Amino acid sequence: MNLPSATLIAQSVLSGVFIGALYGLLGLGLSLSWGMLRQINLAHFALAFLGAYLTYQLSSVAGWDPVATLVVIVPCFFAFGVLMHWLFARFSISPFNSLLVTFGLTVIIESAIQGIWTADPRMLDSAYGQFKFKVGALYVPFPELLTLLLATTLSILAWAVLRYTDIGKAMRAAAEDAPTAAAFGVNERRLSLLLSGVSAAFAGVAGLCLALSFSLAPSQIYAWVGVVFAAVMIGGLGNPLGPLVAGIIIGVSESLTMAIAAPAWAPLVSFSLLIVVLLARAEKI
Amino acid sequence: MKRARPVVASLAGALLALGIATGQAFAAPSGPPIRIGSTLSLTGPLSGTAIIHKLVGEIYVEQLNKKNGLLGRPVEWIVKDDQSKPDLARTLYEQLITVDKVDLVIGPYATPNIVSAMGVAQRYNKMLVHHTMGIPGLAKYGMQFPAWSVGPNPEVTVPNTVLDALATLAKPPRTVAIVTSKFPSVYLMSKGAQDVIKKRGLTEVLFLEWEFGNRDYGAIANRVKDAKPDFVWVGAIGLEGNLLLDAMKKIDYVPPLHFYMYPAPGPLAKLPEAKNALAASIFEQHPPFTDNPVAAEFVKLYNDRAAKAGLADNSVETQAAASFSAWQVLEAAVTATKSLDDKAMSDWLKKNQVDTIQGRLRFDKTNNYGDDLMRVKQVQDGKWVTVWPKEWAAPGAKLLAQ
Repeated sequence: MNLPSATLIAQSVLSGVFIGALYGLLGLGLSLSWGMLRQINLAHFALAFLGAYLTYQLSSVAGWDPVATLVVIVPCFFAFGVLMHWLFARFSISPFNSLLVTFGLTVIIESAIQGIWTADPRMLDSAYGQFKFKVGALYVPFPELLTLLLATTLSILAWAVLRYTDIGKAMRAAAEDAPTAAAFGVNERRLSLLLSGVSAAFAGVAGLCLALSFSLAPSQIYAWVGVVFAAVMIGGLGNPLGPLVAGIIIGVSESLTMAIAAPAWAPLVSFSLLIVVLLARAEKI
Repeated sequence: MKRARPVVASLAGALLALGIATGQAFAAPSGPPIRIGSTLSLTGPLSGTAIIHKLVGEIYVEQLNKKNGLLGRPVEWIVKDDQSKPDLARTLYEQLITVDKVDLVIGPYATPNIVSAMGVAQRYNKMLVHHTMGIPGLAKYGMQFPAWSVGPNPEVTVPNTVLDALATLAKPPRTVAIVTSKFPSVYLMSKGAQDVIKKRGLTEVLFLEWEFGNRDYGAIANRVKDAKPDFVWVGAIGLEGNLLLDAMKKIDYVPPLHFYMYPAPGPLAKLPEAKNALAASIFEQHPPFTDNPVAAEFVKLYNDRAAKAGLADNSVETQAAASFSAWQVLEAAVTATKSLDDKAMSDWLKKNQVDTIQGRLRFDKTNNYGDDLMRVKQVQDGKWVTVWPKEWAAPGAKLLAQ
């Protein structure tokens, strides 16, 4: 067997970091709603794809710059997240039932996407896709770099808000012990609506990154579920930096497996890591 | 050894051609409808291709009813959504036969669903003509008939056809990289290509497999680039080929020669990086295929219908042509035997040939397969054109290297 070249290894690590950043970005909102709202929101993936399709539509048909579409998508998704959580609270949906309800919502969103854009694959042809940098022998595509920047910025921002601001501390307190937090004047209901809105808005941002780097088809919604769930669980529920770090570890491990061993073994990596983490530190998840 | 056989179906085909081409008035069909049942994957991961089969079926049944139907009776097509699930396809075929009591069944799309339908057809002794089944070895039922003429051993014949075409280049490839999805029908072809390459004395410099549904093609593209092959055989289905080309573009790699097994034809042709990409096909909408008036009329109707349905690619190629051929085979069997008796129709098909828009089909080899009619097409100026064998090449088209 020929040994892989140093360039191949380095480029694979870089590819792994980029795809891992997308896992992290997709996992960010999921982790927050799961860890702090006790909502296992499967519809997060469908929302991300809806965001991707809206980016595609606004860019390809209306001629918008793909990044500028966030001006519309982020507020709309925020409102959707608020509404969704309001309904969940109104009907007292339990964490387990939230899994079932959001699965149903995923199917509805998938059908709506298929109804509007058909099941045919769509590709966003944007100027961003043409940009890439060369650093030594390594290629750095701009859309993936943008994904890394967005994932890192949003994860750090979310972590900083939760750690250092009053509103963030109130959110953490409400997630930890809602009745006690309420006794101290924390409006848990309002903060939950805010957090759900922000999580949905993160899905909209992830949609932009999906549209810039991948072909879109409604059925691909499910292709991301397993690996992103693994990143969220390895990273720790409700931890904003966890999915990014875990996503990059998974992405790099997958990429190196593909470069050195066989691409068919790559899917084993994320779930093997998940099993190891579950065995090693189940109490912290 | 090939035997000359009477071509009774030519007459039916000629009549159909005459009817469609001239818009000739036929007596309106009358009496109780002949009900034909099938499933298609109208939702789920296969729905992108199944919509093609739905449009073709609708066009064919409309055209049949504008003529004299089948045996003078109108035709009703009952199509149910199998949601891309083989187990559901099995249940729905059972329902079509036992509850809906359809007169005839016709196949679904995609190998796993066809295999499911075949099991039900076998249980009830129904004849099953099916559209695009990629693993002939699984078609063991005696009354099943493939309308996609890939021959009984496509894993041998298709790679040989592709390499025959490449051998005509001024600088034929000597080293080959095979990268392939593990999707069953694609994997069969790629493993076959591996053997064929060895037998033809070419050097395999890379063989990589990935699971169907793989998201990251960066490392695969890097490994292909590292291996420096003259020719890349891509065992891809659907968008996998596009994703690999996207990944290659990101590292400034252009494969010298590249072949894609079952690509999403429209999206691949539109990708600038797919310049000179090769694929296999039974039909493309250009002469000499469209010299057949039935094919020409069908192309016109399909282009129009696909545009109205909002499909990204409106052209007729393998899927639509195989689907149309399935209906042609079914019609020919009913017309020739003047009956709806499954056994009589099956016996007739085994002894006769049927003219279809992809060519003349025969069903006398292993598992009722006939000749491999797969040709080689290439992306030239953003469109697919047939380049091999020469007698099927588009006017003025020839195989190009990068």
